[in-house]
Amino acid sequence: MRLEAKNVSFRYDRRQPWVLENTNLSIESGERLALFAPSGYGKTTLAMLLAGYLEPTRGEVLLDGKNLPKKGVCPVQLIYQHPEKAINPRWRLKKVLEESGEMREEVLDAFGIERAWLDRFPRELSGGELQRFCVARALMSGADFLICDEISTMLDVITQAQIWNVVLDEAKNRNMGIIAVTHNKHLANRIADRVYDLSKQEYL
Amino acid sequence: MKQKNETLLEIHDLSVSFRMYDGGLEQKELQVISDLHLTVRPGEIVAVAGSSGSGKSLLASAILGILPSNATVRGHLHYKGQQLTPEIQSRLRGREIALVPQSVAFLDPLMKVGKQVDGHKKPYPTEKRRGLFKRFALPEKTESLYPFQLSGGMARRVLVSTALISDAELIIADEPTPGMSLDQALEALQMFREMADAGKAVILITHDIDLAFEFADRVAVFYAGTTVETAPAADFRKGADALRHPYSKALWRALPQNGFQPIDGFQPYAGELPKGCLFAPRCPHATEECRCQIPPIRETGDGEVRCFHAS
Repeated sequence: MRLEAKNVSFRYDRRQPWVLENTNLSIESGERLALFAPSGYGKTTLAMLLAGYLEPTRGEVLLDGKNLPKKGVCPVQLIYQHPEKAINPRWRLKKVLEESGEMREEVLDAFGIERAWLDRFPRELSGGELQRFCVARALMSGADFLICDEISTMLDVITQAQIWNVVLDEAKNRNMGIIAVTHNKHLANRIADRVYDLSKQEYL
Repeated sequence: MKQKNETLLEIHDLSVSFRMYDGGLEQKELQVISDLHLTVRPGEIVAVAGSSGSGKSLLASAILGILPSNATVRGHLHYKGQQLTPEIQSRLRGREIALVPQSVAFLDPLMKVGKQVDGHKKPYPTEKRRGLFKRFALPEKTESLYPFQLSGGMARRVLVSTALISDAELIIADEPTPGMSLDQALEALQMFREMADAGKAVILITHDIDLAFEFADRVAVFYAGTTVETAPAADFRKGADALRHPYSKALWRALPQNGFQPIDGFQPYAGELPKGCLFAPRCPHATEECRCQIPPIRETGDGEVRCFHAS
């Protein structure tokens, strides 16, 4: 499978400046790409375009040559930087996971999600634990591509290593493609095969 | 490190607990910080590292006196030799002690950011703020934008400016760098370093510990609401073998550039803490003693550690 952004440009409306202009990017199943750029270059906007949360103003986002499906679970899943903002605060975590489809025990085990956590509310868990749920939720949907927008920036380095090791294992087993937005050069080298600099529009 | 004896902030045996409802009208006390130690001297940056939920941000709130009303603070909390009381805290807050808040949601969404950085009644000249924005590579028109028009990294730089513009003696920076690019993060840390070199003190709470090692004088490592180790930053630059506590070593080894090897398990919850050493359930060297007794903090070399087995 191939996910690509073709000459994608985006702005919020006609009076606003372009956030992205003629951006091209493509990634195959099983590939891991790190997205690098100073703040304000549209990394998060590109992540949202690729996952279908925003429509490009010009250009197109294609999955195997077709537009992203408008119905059902999107095969491109986005994971955000702040898990506490990506989970319904009034749902118990069991419901959060069930929303994405069938709860698979092996995913829970892989992320070290303790069964007791399922009956808790999001505010009763730490950021690192909630982020595990966000990643598990994305994986349970059977996604083909995972877009990780600074998913470990707010976490301590041990939790960061725990989560990324599971994500990389799962990605390998399922031949998933990963796009990871990060500012950390060392982390990018650990997790990605290629690094793309959005400010220069070139591979490093 | 210049004025060895003089301390600006001294914290001993600090504990913070929250009163919570526990079903019906039953209330319980949930202790979230226990036996915490930290000293800060003028001229130094003390980095605070540790897992999410280890009480780092609560410490900042306790120093500033901005904890919610159901919180109880016990222990010594001395600033310039004086116990911090709510009255003193409210006088120092924003003047002598400045905070860089953790979340960009702390910016007022309805106020242009230039005006927010200037502060109430605009105590500092516009030039000072423009100088700060320039160093942070924020375009001049940023001052007339609202927070929602900024990217995450820009908002972060604006937040840091709100503290750097003040003449505070002590700056508590709670996660000032996430979302910034490496250059911007280095610039922010360099500015904290210059403040410290000018005789101010900085508490730098951060997960970007590899950057903190380079700029800080000392590093305090927190775990489950207590200090497990305080060490010169130089020891962290040397590597895991120079560190004292097994948790500090684990942090160092989990860095992407140092192996990316996590340890198993999770930090215990407040309210479900183990009886002995808080780290014992995840510690490879834990013995019977560790499981029954909480180790006291003790000095080793030029640092402090809370472990029976550390040398």
